[in-house]
Amino acid sequence: MLGVTGETLVTLGVVIGLFVAWELWWTDLSANRAQADIVASLNWDEPTVEPSDVRVSPTVSASPSSNPWVERTDPPSVLAEPAHATTFATMYVPRWGYDYVRPISQGTDKKGVLDPLGIGHYNGSAMPGGWGNFAVAAHRTTYGKPFSRIDELAVGDAIVIRTEWVWYVYRVTSTEIVAPSNVGVIAPVPNQPGIAPNGRYLTMTTCHPKYSAAKRYIVHAAMAYWMPSLSGTPAELNPADAAPLPTPSPHVTPSEAV
Amino acid sequence: MYGWLWRHLPGGRWSRIAILAALVPAVLIVLFQWVFPWAEPLLPFGQTTVGG
Repeated sequence: MLGVTGETLVTLGVVIGLFVAWELWWTDLSANRAQADIVASLNWDEPTVEPSDVRVSPTVSASPSSNPWVERTDPPSVLAEPAHATTFATMYVPRWGYDYVRPISQGTDKKGVLDPLGIGHYNGSAMPGGWGNFAVAAHRTTYGKPFSRIDELAVGDAIVIRTEWVWYVYRVTSTEIVAPSNVGVIAPVPNQPGIAPNGRYLTMTTCHPKYSAAKRYIVHAAMAYWMPSLSGTPAELNPADAAPLPTPSPHVTPSEAV
Repeated sequence: MYGWLWRHLPGGRWSRIAILAALVPAVLIVLFQWVFPWAEPLLPFGQTTVGG
């Protein structure tokens, strides 16, 4: 009735529809499960010590805080870069919910790291807490979309990285939208390539706009303090302790620089 | 195409429907497991890194 051409076209339309369903729904479903399994399989010890019981740190953070015994600003211990696709840290972002936790693995290639493992660490950039720029990338759409809500992050928001033994707490300092070729955003000093490292930074990159490869959405942060992972949980991750999340001012689109 | 398939499936109406019911999930699995992952890099989605 439809003829071979008609049937072929209808079939093609159905297959394209299925592809969209696979890309926008199935990859999220399977990657979310896989990333949660990765975090669980790290099997790191839970912080069991109540902050108020801890008297371990000789170095007291200068800033007033709820657990001054463990919030430290002296140089933290920093991991060496692991082998490709090795998961070495997890990321917590209170702005995206207190239950948000995703694995961070070595490398930023799509097939090896970003699709199956979630957040990827740029080869050669600093490690968490390191002197320089700890630069990571992740999907904003598809494959579990770890950075789907990146545009909600506001200056001052906490980005917390955990390795097996250390919490590193960063705070967002700026956001921007750049061209895909702009590698200066992940320089040791963000946006100042060639300058020697002068601080402990974190930079997150993802696509922009959603479902497009046209630009990149960038979030920069600087380390506020670190604490041993078994000495308790950073106040930022405890809804009862954390200061209320600052309300982002009426949504401001980051300045565009190409 | 589909008419040809229907005519060449063995058995009566219910046997043909049963075979098709098994065939459709099989086609879906082939698409989801192999065809779509292969096709995806050809499309400009999911580029999240700078410089790469």
